[in-house]
Amino acid sequence: MTDMTKMSQGIARVNKKNKIGHDRVFPVVNTLILILLMIVTLYPVINTVAYSFNDGTDALRGNIGLWPRVFSLKAYESILSDNAVYQAAWISASKTVITTLLNLFWTSMLAFALSRREYVLRKFITTVMVLTMYVNAGLIPNYLLISRTLSLSKSYWVYIIPTMFSCFNMIVIRTYIGGLPDALVESARIDGAGDIRVFWQIIFPLCMPVLATVALFVAVGSWNSWFDTHLYNAGKKNLHSLQYLLKMKLATTQASANAAKSSAEALASTTQTTPVTIRCAITVISTVPILIVYPFLQKYFVTGMALGSVKG
Amino acid sequence: MSIVRNAQGKEIRAKNKGFFRTLFSQWQLMVMSVPMLLYVLLFNYGPMWGWVTAFQDYKPKLGMLGSKFVGLKNFEWLFTRQDFINSIRNTLAMSVINLVFGTVSSILLAILLNEVRNRGFKRTVQTVTYLPHFLSMVIVVGMAQNIFSSNGAVNALLMNLGLVREPVFFLGEGKYFWWLVGVINVWKEVGWNTIIYISAMTAIDPCLYEAASIDGAGRFHKIMNVTLPGIRSTFVILLIMNIGHLMEAGFEIQYLLGSSVVMDWSQTIDVFVLQYGISKQQYGVATAAGMFKSIVAIILLVSANAISRRLGEDTLI
Repeated sequence: MTDMTKMSQGIARVNKKNKIGHDRVFPVVNTLILILLMIVTLYPVINTVAYSFNDGTDALRGNIGLWPRVFSLKAYESILSDNAVYQAAWISASKTVITTLLNLFWTSMLAFALSRREYVLRKFITTVMVLTMYVNAGLIPNYLLISRTLSLSKSYWVYIIPTMFSCFNMIVIRTYIGGLPDALVESARIDGAGDIRVFWQIIFPLCMPVLATVALFVAVGSWNSWFDTHLYNAGKKNLHSLQYLLKMKLATTQASANAAKSSAEALASTTQTTPVTIRCAITVISTVPILIVYPFLQKYFVTGMALGSVKG
Repeated sequence: MSIVRNAQGKEIRAKNKGFFRTLFSQWQLMVMSVPMLLYVLLFNYGPMWGWVTAFQDYKPKLGMLGSKFVGLKNFEWLFTRQDFINSIRNTLAMSVINLVFGTVSSILLAILLNEVRNRGFKRTVQTVTYLPHFLSMVIVVGMAQNIFSSNGAVNALLMNLGLVREPVFFLGEGKYFWWLVGVINVWKEVGWNTIIYISAMTAIDPCLYEAASIDGAGRFHKIMNVTLPGIRSTFVILLIMNIGHLMEAGFEIQYLLGSSVVMDWSQTIDVFVLQYGISKQQYGVATAAGMFKSIVAIILLVSANAISRRLGEDTLI
């Protein structure tokens, strides 16, 4: 720290002493607001966990807070005895892993090529890529292409092929590569290494932080998607993903909740709907993988987001 | 090529002669980039041929080549439908609510976080508030149904505080729907949206704060006169982008949270497209609705960009 900043901090400290009231109260109020925000953020999550461990019939009375009222593992037992959940979990997990790996492969390779200033197709390809972020043909044309022209519906490939690449992620990686010293590439080129080798042996290993970010984005997107199943694979039970299973349970509970406004009517209609506890238990099961991974990657995705926002 | 007619014409022309030779010598870069170029042309530009169906009485059996052209009939039909008009209104209303709520809340939170001196506490708040961004909309809607149900936490709180006597049916009445979506979106994204603002704030020169302190500025004055001007360009860029996305109020949350009871208030253009296109198989009409949306979105983006340029602010394009 330089003398100047020390001095000015000293002055700031003197200033602080002069206005005791305002500057002491603010940090306290600020801390309280932020704690309240954390409670509001976490309450629904913990509430869901509490519901999932509660007895099904008792849960219909509602008013369960942060702890189950009548503890029961029934919801989890009934889910884990259902083969559909295992199949869905396998579909979700495998498509997440494959999509993520393919994305990293294609996206980083393209990002490297487009970061090379001497590449003659650089400008053309970049423009084509960036335009896709603003112009979208829309749902129906996409649906017609994928299900009719390419006949990808009712197959596992519909989870993989249309989601293999993302322009936003490519730009994040390209910005990161742009920040690496040019000399790295140049010296390797002088030593006679081709572009492909330069990329795999020198640039790719250096990109690990940004690749971790992109991997997180892609993996979460793939794990959380339900709409692809809804559109293309609704009729194939063995291709349902975990989120789609959850969505179907949600739809059945909701139909009854809206039809029956009073709790008495809701009670009467429970026989044919999915109990809220089972829905909550599937929610917990499908969220746990994200909760485990995400805190470790936090420092990466913050830098990644900042990189992506530098220039769209 | 237009580049040829540049100021330093001669040199560039000389280079251009060797265009294909250079391209050939860069075959390794081509191997790395051309597959994805073809991929994007197929999956992102390919579907644009599908816009043809907007002008057709599209029959799946006949395909795009065999179906009859009907001119602008699909568009005319759309604008006579009350539910399509409603869905435009709902889309814009929810977008504006999301934009205002989202921007204000995330800037506010970024400022509060920026004032926290204890690094551990700051990190904890960030970890917690980023979390909902990673939950799927299916999960978030499920939670919202628990929280906002007639015997859920929000009603319990309101009744304990004596604000209402009877439970409010947040999910069963159309008039609440837009605001519910706004609140849920803020809950989900507020933490995540602070990332960009906080990184803009860390780029502010600390000398500015010191100088302001020396001049006797208090915390509030420093926020107003140093922090907010410091994130101005980020704000403008994000605003332009968001204006470009005004036609995309999202469809996941409306589709999952909405029901036949609140449909007049919950249906967005995207949900309309989904319903007519996929469920009712009226492809032509649904494509027309989607095309209308895309065209309005581009017009919005370009005009927001132009206005920003006119005002001397940063521009996106």
